[in-house]
Amino acid sequence: MGTLLDVNNLKTRFHTPEGTVYAVNGISFKIDEGETLALVGESGCGKSVSMLSILGLIVIPPGEIASGTAIYRGADLLKMEEIDLERIRGKEIAMIFQDSMTSLNPVLSIGRQITETLHTHMGMNHEQAVKRTIELLEWVGISDAHSRLGDYPHQYSGGMRQRVMIAMALACTPSILIADEPTTALDVTIQAQIVELVIRMREQMGMAMVWITHDLGVVAGLAERVNVMYAGFIVEEADVDTLYDDPRHPYTNSLLAALPRADRRRDHRLKSIPGAPPNLLVEPKGCPFAPRCEYARERCWDENPVLSVVGTKHRIACWVDIKTGDLR
Amino acid sequence: MTRYIIRRLIQAIPLLFIISAVLFVLMQNMGDPIATLGGRMVTRPADRQRLARQLGLDKPIYVQYLYWLIGNDWAKTDLDGDGIPETQGTRHGVLRGDFGTSLVNRGVPVVQVIADRLPNTLILMLTAEVVIIVGSLLVGVYSALRQYSLVDNFVTAVSFIGYSMPIFFIALMTMYIFSVNFKKWGLPYLPTVGMFDPNVGETFPQVVWHMILPVFSISFISYAAYSRYIRSTMLEVLSQDYIRTAKAKGLPKREITFIHALKNASLPIVTIVGLELPLLLGGAVVTERIFAWPGMGRLFLDHLERSDTPVVMGILMLIAVAVIVFQIITDVVYAWLDPRIRYH
Amino acid sequence: MSAQANLKAIPRLAPDEIESPPLSLGELTWRRFRRHKMAIFGVVVLILLIFYTFGGAFVVSEKYANQTETSLRLTGPSALHRFGTDTVGRDILARTIYGGQISLLIGLTAMTLETLVGILIGASAGYYGGWLDAILMRFTEAMLNIPQILLLLVMAKFFGGKIPNIPLLGRTFSGSVVAIILIIGFTSWPYLARIVRAEFLSIKENEFILAARATGTPPLQIIFRHILPNSIAPIVVSATLGVANAITLEAYISFLGLGVQPPTATWGNMLEGAYKYIESAPWLWVFPGTLIVLIVLAINFLGDGLRDALDPRSRTV
Repeated sequence: MGTLLDVNNLKTRFHTPEGTVYAVNGISFKIDEGETLALVGESGCGKSVSMLSILGLIVIPPGEIASGTAIYRGADLLKMEEIDLERIRGKEIAMIFQDSMTSLNPVLSIGRQITETLHTHMGMNHEQAVKRTIELLEWVGISDAHSRLGDYPHQYSGGMRQRVMIAMALACTPSILIADEPTTALDVTIQAQIVELVIRMREQMGMAMVWITHDLGVVAGLAERVNVMYAGFIVEEADVDTLYDDPRHPYTNSLLAALPRADRRRDHRLKSIPGAPPNLLVEPKGCPFAPRCEYARERCWDENPVLSVVGTKHRIACWVDIKTGDLR
Repeated sequence: MTRYIIRRLIQAIPLLFIISAVLFVLMQNMGDPIATLGGRMVTRPADRQRLARQLGLDKPIYVQYLYWLIGNDWAKTDLDGDGIPETQGTRHGVLRGDFGTSLVNRGVPVVQVIADRLPNTLILMLTAEVVIIVGSLLVGVYSALRQYSLVDNFVTAVSFIGYSMPIFFIALMTMYIFSVNFKKWGLPYLPTVGMFDPNVGETFPQVVWHMILPVFSISFISYAAYSRYIRSTMLEVLSQDYIRTAKAKGLPKREITFIHALKNASLPIVTIVGLELPLLLGGAVVTERIFAWPGMGRLFLDHLERSDTPVVMGILMLIAVAVIVFQIITDVVYAWLDPRIRYH
Repeated sequence: MSAQANLKAIPRLAPDEIESPPLSLGELTWRRFRRHKMAIFGVVVLILLIFYTFGGAFVVSEKYANQTETSLRLTGPSALHRFGTDTVGRDILARTIYGGQISLLIGLTAMTLETLVGILIGASAGYYGGWLDAILMRFTEAMLNIPQILLLLVMAKFFGGKIPNIPLLGRTFSGSVVAIILIIGFTSWPYLARIVRAEFLSIKENEFILAARATGTPPLQIIFRHILPNSIAPIVVSATLGVANAITLEAYISFLGLGVQPPTATWGNMLEGAYKYIESAPWLWVFPGTLIVLIVLAINFLGDGLRDALDPRSRTV
């Protein structure tokens, strides 16, 4: 399996009147063909910003991509001209977003919003585009598609809109689909339907996926590999099974421990993570999780740990071995 | 849709009645029309009384309003002052299209007095409106796309200043520069009086040439306000999620700006334009006086000063009707443009 | 488990202290306002103009401003008359000082009047709803359907000459000043009434209002203690811009001859008839006209800054 996307040391900042926000602080990861990677973390940890940076969707200014490379098929996306990026967006790398109501243009029909990508990227004429759009809509589970082309987003429910978004994103058969919390705003049952749909797509199309979420439950059924992020850093990388069975970073550990589980006692107290999320306005020094970490040592405050191997395809950014309590 | 229009029209009717009543009451104390009837001072009490009876001014206000509305040709008036009504009234009332006759232009029906001047104002208004829309769209969209650039800052500054200027100042300034000083410097200068040069006659080029300064004065303020508004609306639209989606789909910039963004931004703009159009009629008052343009604004002013109630009422009602009609048209156009309203 | 005890984090900074200290609403507003350089500029210009008009009264007497010297009529700016003289020989500089006082006075007073009426009507309609709302709104709509200038002109004619001159503080004010204040105030309130009503309608739905009602708070207290303070932002902005609007409107109708009558000067009536002398005496309209532009501009900047500071959601720039 070849590597499609190779991201190295990506740093993104925002210059605001209150100061500089250090949103992404040097993350690196690879996406191989057909692989599904989950990017997990709490709100504000930089998971969305990192993917938006790669696609050049960050507003500059006030944003700034301070450093990093994102090599896609041999070319660095971060250094590309806008006109070349336009050819990649939607065609090679597609993205879907969390809020389907605001992410779809309210005054254009859904048919139009799909056919336009086909016009732009696949050079189809109107007839061909309409035909393909109908196919796509049926495929994502919107029946009677041929009469739905003139519908508008506000006429649909959240789940149906998300299906439209997916159809729109997959119209030009991209190699990578980036999904930014697409199910977070949906009910659990609809959520399950969408996840099912996505799995079906993946089987049929074989595209790679980056699934951004803060919901560990969804990750389990969908991802192959997981990157856990905190304060703009990747703190743990593992295969999905390894992550759930053997989390090694204190943060991951706490996240999993905070999940309510059916196999625990009823009166088992849910463990929450003490403290507050980090202030991104200060330039990171030392491990960002140190203030909230029960294993924190002197070294954690002084030096930010880098990712190091702790098992098969399993890396963590931590000075402490949480199993023994000693420094690694 | 038709039901909606009809409903709005029906709603407008009581509104028009209220407006006409309010205006009518105001007009009654506006001065003494009898004193200036026909321009000559009428001093003999007997004459005054006769004129008062003739004009129906001796009746109580609500009766006058009634006559104004539905005429008095179904009643007899007492013209010779003997207490016995004997002469048939001649007015049909506003509801049948008779706005009475002008007190200043003796005997000329109000409708005609207005109709003579209305086209002149319309020429000015419509041209100004087109200039405003085209100009502010161009500038507004460009400024939004090139936010904080030199052009944007310059345009914002000019807009602010322009927006703060009273019309007569702009008119006077442009007059001073393009007419007085151009003349002094030997450059071709723009005319400042009237619609055309009486020596040449009312030809198309003449009217256009004379129109330049007045149209500029009227449109400058609105243009300043609109371009700022369009800029801010575009900026707001451009920051929406669906624009980010359009970018993520790799659509070309031009398509994103003019189709995805502009179509959304045009909605509030349509509302404003639609509502402003009849109000331009009011703004014309000052401009027409300065440039001696023979339009409705000037008519209003002249006849107001001479207490010509029927004409003034006629103009005001016309404008009120225009405002209401335009409101309805605007709402309809808005509903047509915005699918969210079309499909409740 | 003793190892655990050794792992106790050495507290450097508690997590909450790492974040920046919270600012009070006043501090936040001031910070945002300060960022808005144009608004600062507007305030400075405004203060300068106030100094000019009210401070200038200590330098030049009103009698001098009204003193006619027909032999000197229509002379351009000179050492004696810095801004030149008008059609009857009065010093324009002096007249702009006293005229400015009147213009500002009219602006502020008319604004106060329209704000009070607007709040009264908007609050009643918004809070009580029902038929009161229906009637008030019909009336408001009716007023909004007539262009304000035309309405002003008609009312100016209506009031024309009806109010006598008022001697106050040793000076005589033409009765038309009061008339103008009244008519501008009474024709400008619909805009504010609509805004206030909209605010009331939306705030009324909040739960803290329900709580107030449930504890038996009388309606007037609810309106003044709970709803009004929460809707203060658009009212303040509207009032600020209302001053500029009032000054402009006064200028318009005075320009057309139906506004403030002589001998009281305003920046507006100084321009009356100036267009007839456009070739020969531009100083007639340049000085008062520029002053009007300056003050309206300054107030617009100020209003814009206030709008950004008080309600960041409505950023227009």
